[in-house]
Amino acid sequence: MPEELAWFLEVLIAGLLSGVMYSLVALGFVLIFKASGVFNFAQGAMVLFAALTFARFLEMGINFWFAAAITLFIMVVLAVIIERVMLRPLVAQPVIILFMATIGLNYFLEGLAQGVWDTQVHALDLGIEDVPWQSVMDATNILISLFDVWAAVICGALVVMLAYFFQKGRIGRALRAVADDNQAAMSVGIPLQLIWAIVWAAAGLVALVAGALWGQRLGVQFSISLVALKALPVLILGGFNSIAGAIIGGLIIGAAEKLAEVYLGPIIGGGIEAWFAYLIAMLFLMVRPQGLFGEKIIERV
Amino acid sequence: MEAALTDSAAPLLIVNNIEVVYDHVILVLKGVSLEVPEGGIVALLGANGAGKTTTLKSISNLLVAERGDITKGTIDYQGQRIQGLSANQLVKRGIVQVMEGRRCFEHLTVEENLMTGAFTRRDGAASIRQDLELVYTYFPRLKVRRTSTAGYTSGGEQQMTALGRALMARPKMILLDEPSMGLAPQLVEEIFEIVKKLNEAEQVTFLLAEQNTNMALRYSHYGYILENGRIVMEGDAASLAGNDDIKEFYLGIAQGDQKANFRATKHYRRRKRWLG
Repeated sequence: MPEELAWFLEVLIAGLLSGVMYSLVALGFVLIFKASGVFNFAQGAMVLFAALTFARFLEMGINFWFAAAITLFIMVVLAVIIERVMLRPLVAQPVIILFMATIGLNYFLEGLAQGVWDTQVHALDLGIEDVPWQSVMDATNILISLFDVWAAVICGALVVMLAYFFQKGRIGRALRAVADDNQAAMSVGIPLQLIWAIVWAAAGLVALVAGALWGQRLGVQFSISLVALKALPVLILGGFNSIAGAIIGGLIIGAAEKLAEVYLGPIIGGGIEAWFAYLIAMLFLMVRPQGLFGEKIIERV
Repeated sequence: MEAALTDSAAPLLIVNNIEVVYDHVILVLKGVSLEVPEGGIVALLGANGAGKTTTLKSISNLLVAERGDITKGTIDYQGQRIQGLSANQLVKRGIVQVMEGRRCFEHLTVEENLMTGAFTRRDGAASIRQDLELVYTYFPRLKVRRTSTAGYTSGGEQQMTALGRALMARPKMILLDEPSMGLAPQLVEEIFEIVKKLNEAEQVTFLLAEQNTNMALRYSHYGYILENGRIVMEGDAASLAGNDDIKEFYLGIAQGDQKANFRATKHYRRRKRWLG
């Protein structure tokens, strides 16, 4: 393989795989937006909360899977509390009010996480080593991080699971019904409270997975909640209410960012990676504001 | 058309003097009382904004979602107080509302829409399946369109989907809000025929809010006229349809044989206003 092409592929693959990590965070937003039309500003704080809780449990020497289970349980309890305390009293309020409530929730969760645990940087070891994939390296001379591959596999499994859960069965149907028209869903006896609690719990699960993966990469600390900002362009690109959109959006953003850094960087200066995603998002907003896979608004004439 | 049901049995639903306030300030229902006998079709008639929908929503407790509150009065169903029960609990007890404007789940298929109606049921997939088939026998057109996305079906099909969805909950009583809205006259007739069939064959009780007074009185047993949040008149359907005031106000038929025309009616000069 020519040197040039191998280098291009290496950058592209690294970009796509890092895009998967963005998708993971975006997924949490999509779940809640789909079910309630609310942009959950607190998703980043949920990632922090889950990652910090998980990391501290591991530090206490608790078995890996047991720690994951307890953290997940805590996220579910958190979802139920959020539904009771925040969403229920605000039912039938305009969406913007719920949005502002999630801003409040964001600060509360950040404070709670750091208050209960601490503000130190904690290492989180998932037992996946961040080393090049040797066999691929030998065969093609392309460097692929094994950790990134594992992250992609985990993310893929999570997406398949969620998509299946949303598509099939009584609860999945009810979730989509609530997403379409929550009053009509109420009128046939679907309890909104239950559905919201389920959705927030699912978003909590996603936050835990995202937090764990990002946690190993960056270390668990406050700044991990800022990965949510990287999810924004992904959402704009993919559409706020599409699980598939979050994945494709993440891949595009990830790949574009890395390619721009490598190929445009030398021309217009480095550090493109930090802002290129937002540029794409802005251009996209002008062309296709509902995103690539945003739900079509059905309009009959 | 049909004789009013005898009121020997206790009514299935008794609404007693309810007041409903929206947003803590807007008084919409100012003391509404009505009774629905088991197995009856009762029509709730009146113009836009008279309070028909609010009355239905206060029974099905969908008011919560619109910041409405029942501040006075009582609602009894099967001899039990049902105020404050959630919509979910009410559906389990057999009261389902079919909301105004159909309100199908647009991105779900017709069959998925119908299946959402069975959410509260716990009697097993087999009997739900059986009821799905039953709905398809009442609405053969839905069976043809079962895999279509509901948002892309016609208005009539959506109304049928909404009604079928309610049936999937195995209701004792359906609160049917404006089934005729936006439908061609022929379709309206078709929907009302099905309502009548369901009433007779499945013993579903209907409380029906309608602006199409003519059609509603043809198919119901008893009627209430709502105006400005108050019941102003009630009676069995035949006597209401024969009432002179109702003929004039709601059916557009003038007294005597003479047709109403503009020249014969009094003209009121519009009061001068500051703005247009």
